[in-house]
Amino acid sequence: MNNILVMPMIIPLLTGILLVFLRPYVLVQRVFSLVSIAATVAVSVTILNLIQSDGILRLDFGGWLPPYGISFVADSFSMLLVLTTAIVTGILLIYAFSSIGRAHENMFFYPFVFFLIAGVNGSFLTGDLFNLFVCFEVMLLSSYVLITLGGRKVQLVESIKYIAINVLSSWFFLVGIAYLYGTVGTLNMAHLSVRIAEVGQGSLLTVISIIFLIVFSLKSGLLLYFWLPGSYSAPPTVVAALFGALLTKVGIYAMFRVFTLIFYHEPGVTHLMIGIMAAITMIGGSIGAIAYNDIRKIVSYNVVIAVGFILVGLAVSTEVAIQGSIYYLIHDMIIKALLFLIAGTMIYLTGTARIQNMSGLIRNYPLLGWLFFITMLSLAGIPPLSGFIGKVYVGQGAIEAGAFVLLAIAFLSSIFVLYSLLRIFLNCFWGETIINEDDDVPLKKGMLIPMVLFGILTIALGVGAEGLAPYVTDAAHTLMNPKIYIDAVLNSDS
Amino acid sequence: METLITILVGVLVTVAVYLLLSKSLVRVILGTAILSHAVHLLLMTMGRLKKGAVPLLGENAESYTDALPQALILTAIVISFAVTSFLLVLAYRTYKETGSDNLDALRGFKDE
Amino acid sequence: MKINDVILQTVTKIVVFIILTFGVELFLSGHYNPGGGFIGGLVLSSAFVLLYLVFDIETVHKGIPFDFKKVAAFGVLLAVGTGLGSVLFGASFLTQTASYFNLPVFGATELSTVMLFEAGVALTVVGVVVTIILSISEDV
Repeated sequence: MNNILVMPMIIPLLTGILLVFLRPYVLVQRVFSLVSIAATVAVSVTILNLIQSDGILRLDFGGWLPPYGISFVADSFSMLLVLTTAIVTGILLIYAFSSIGRAHENMFFYPFVFFLIAGVNGSFLTGDLFNLFVCFEVMLLSSYVLITLGGRKVQLVESIKYIAINVLSSWFFLVGIAYLYGTVGTLNMAHLSVRIAEVGQGSLLTVISIIFLIVFSLKSGLLLYFWLPGSYSAPPTVVAALFGALLTKVGIYAMFRVFTLIFYHEPGVTHLMIGIMAAITMIGGSIGAIAYNDIRKIVSYNVVIAVGFILVGLAVSTEVAIQGSIYYLIHDMIIKALLFLIAGTMIYLTGTARIQNMSGLIRNYPLLGWLFFITMLSLAGIPPLSGFIGKVYVGQGAIEAGAFVLLAIAFLSSIFVLYSLLRIFLNCFWGETIINEDDDVPLKKGMLIPMVLFGILTIALGVGAEGLAPYVTDAAHTLMNPKIYIDAVLNSDS
Repeated sequence: METLITILVGVLVTVAVYLLLSKSLVRVILGTAILSHAVHLLLMTMGRLKKGAVPLLGENAESYTDALPQALILTAIVISFAVTSFLLVLAYRTYKETGSDNLDALRGFKDE
Repeated sequence: MKINDVILQTVTKIVVFIILTFGVELFLSGHYNPGGGFIGGLVLSSAFVLLYLVFDIETVHKGIPFDFKKVAAFGVLLAVGTGLGSVLFGASFLTQTASYFNLPVFGATELSTVMLFEAGVALTVVGVVVTIILSISEDV
């Protein structure tokens, strides 16, 4: 019994509820949300270190032992993501204070951010497939509210597509769960793994696994990313950054969990499919990223490319590649938040989203320009920034597995990322300064500080990768050896 | 019995797909609602349709019904209730804002 | 033209109480029989929705001066609170307990913490359903 495990979900949930009652007091809301995010970070760090000493932790809700009850399971992989989620949200909240506006703050903006975090953390921690569905829905319902909050015409129109797609994929998720329950009679992930290993993953179970693949692909934007660029460019900057940093990552997490723990017996079918889908995603994302002149679209397509890249690690499924994917996942959560913030700030400063209409911003806002430069290098994977280590490990893993085509596409996509962002940099930051000193919009401190924090974080993650290494190694080791996870969940004496 | 219900699920899914592919927003929402019913029925069928005593309360019955699918369905119904009502409110707001519920008229950015 | 809805209003005044009673009955019977917080809450909220339909919003607000969003939030708080309560007693999160008490009027009655949890669910459902209906009807 480790009640601390439920805290990363309960603290945001309680905060969200209490913030509803504090609706008129904006200042109290801000302070309270920062405090509770700090608490979530502290709890996450504690659990992460606890796992290193005690192994995988498990909490049975209401004392019902698995596989009968609902349980939360925390291994290094999920806790690393929970921790990153909390940190990224904390910094994004600081940006929200100065940018989101009173109307949003009074319309339950903070509560829904916290409900979103509760859903995200719940999805990372749950050890039960149906509970994963429920946490997904908590997260998605909050995201529906956040994307429509404000009620501008673009938001409403884009959110309808976003919601329709997600509702559809949710019901498919339930179809998959129903079939799986009908076939093997359990929904606890560890128990599923045991049962499927016993009966063997026949063609029926492989088909069911492909239903899950489709569902998670829709959620994470793997191949089925057509809804993503539109809906990520409609909401306010902070919300877009929150979505870009967190939402697709939950789908990726679910895919990693399901295809390393449950359906790992037929890599020739499922993992090959993931590989092909990842390759097409990277190609499509690259084309999208260089095709548009709207900065929001370019940034959104960069999310798509990253999804493809992370899943290369899962497709080749060697321990090194998985390590690379985990590094890259953490890096991507941070850097995508930063990228969306910079893009949103540029639109806020210039009043346009088209890159032809911006020029010479670096003279007006030098720090913003250099931050964008760092982001660009980090995304391209230049050492010592955070993108480097992930790319190296994914590449090394792909070579070990002999997946040279996938490797070539993955590294080519990095060049396209670099090119698409370089285009923004050359067009918007270099060139003749068209905004003169008198009428440039002042860049608020409250906007700059969170971006600088993210910048520091990406450098720190690159330089200090050594410090993260034991956690990531443990996470990858657990993912590659399902037995560790199963033993931790199903032995009932702990 | 299971076969019959499975066929019913198939019919419901067909109806849902037909509605989802139409252009009217309200029909799309109805489609998602019907799809959710189809999935709930499927969940129930997957837990085997049989009569029996309530599990956990006594130990002397001949057969027990599986309580788990019912718990799952109840949760899923609550979620589908929340999602559908949210979608309906959103559709209403969008209709007020744009004056149309035709999905063709609701294309996103004009500038690309 | 003013619609004459005397009959509707008179009937509603009685029917609302029947619905509310039925809602409470469903809620209480949920422990061993069909019913429970969600269903009870739905029936309760239908009573409120009926009131809002028959009388106008201002009149009902005078009689029931709650912010239903806060009712929903309080319900969730109650439900999560019972879960956390078990943590305080050193049990796993969401552990429920029940035992028999000798109450003055009812005799030996089983009281259970699930009841509190379900009450939270019921309040949440009432709050959410009424909020949904109000958010559509308020701007017509």
